Amino acid sequence: MSLINYASREINCKLVYYGPGLGGKTTNLEYIYEKVAPTAKGKLISLATETERTLFFDFLPVDLGTIRGFKTRFHLYTVPGQVYYNASRKLILKGVDGVVFVADSQLERMEANLESMQNLYDNMAQHGYDLTRMPFVIQYNKRDLPNAAPIQELQDALNPGWPVEDPSRQRPTPDPDRPGEMLVRQVDGTWIERTPWFEGVAVQGVGVFDTLRAISKKVLKALG
Amino acid sequence: MTGASTWSLGEADARRIHAVLTAFLREANARTALLVDRNGQMLASAGDPPLFDHVAFASLTAADFSANDQLARMLGESEFGALFHQGERESLYLADVARRVILVVLFDNRTTLGLVKLRVRRAVQDLADLFTELFSRTGDQARVEAGFVGEAEDEIDRLFGAL
Repeated sequence: MSLINYASREINCKLVYYGPGLGGKTTNLEYIYEKVAPTAKGKLISLATETERTLFFDFLPVDLGTIRGFKTRFHLYTVPGQVYYNASRKLILKGVDGVVFVADSQLERMEANLESMQNLYDNMAQHGYDLTRMPFVIQYNKRDLPNAAPIQELQDALNPGWPVEDPSRQRPTPDPDRPGEMLVRQVDGTWIERTPWFEGVAVQGVGVFDTLRAISKKVLKALG
Repeated sequence: MTGASTWSLGEADARRIHAVLTAFLREANARTALLVDRNGQMLASAGDPPLFDHVAFASLTAADFSANDQLARMLGESEFGALFHQGERESLYLADVARRVILVVLFDNRTTLGLVKLRVRRAVQDLADLFTELFSRTGDQARVEAGFVGEAEDEIDRLFGAL
């Protein structure tokens, strides 16, 4: 739930990194924290266990600076990926403006990815949000590992697309990040939309800012 | 509903909120009052300006309250309406306002928990009335002015593009 505060001249938006345990959500935030200029970031807060597994959430505020007189800030959160922390995950999704799903590309994590994606849809629905109609991007992380599944396989499993019901959006829409590919297309007479996706190697920073840039822009567009 | 709705806080409302908080601080002899929404965003403050990172503080406050809400439900309570954290010098009292906002009171040994609790009731009621009215008035999605999105996108490219 974005807040436009006319008194303090601030706009705050909430982004949540979601996905299976050990998929790289916290690593994304750590890389962002490391690279963003000191003037554009706040403290990185991690509520983690002694073994550095996220217990409740990580939190990082990133300032875009002052735009049209409004100090504009993104609040980046991660959720704990481990299955049994669902209560915490659900709490963090409250008021979310945009979601990044960080998938683990390793073949043996496919089941965990699917379970986490289903859990995301369920938790969003319980808050009354429709994930298919709000800012959402997927990052396929750990692309450098030898056991990484082919992108096509991950796309078919995690980003198969959903029917586009709004007639004004039923038109071929190219993927701005991938020339020649489409985000909205017609399949057997039905218009289908896939969510934007990125390949990542978060420990090296690959794809981290492409993902953040894409979700930030989608969230801001939703404000206009 | 597609997602969480956007809402706005205007200057006139901010002045009314500030008046409630200031009156409360005077009566309770507390140091600082902060208003944080349930999603972890700071809405307003009064009294001594906080010396800590207020953005992180607001996020942790909302998480604290949400976690305790769940604990309450496990006990069969609908909610814990208030929380108290006692320190050696500084203490915190957190109170729910209309299930939308959290009033956070920072106080030291110049006052007592009893006095804070006594005075906070009136402030919570005044703020609850104010926010109920505010949310019923701004039912429509708040929007940023034309041109904002384009400039913000340029800024995103400038800030993240080279990283």
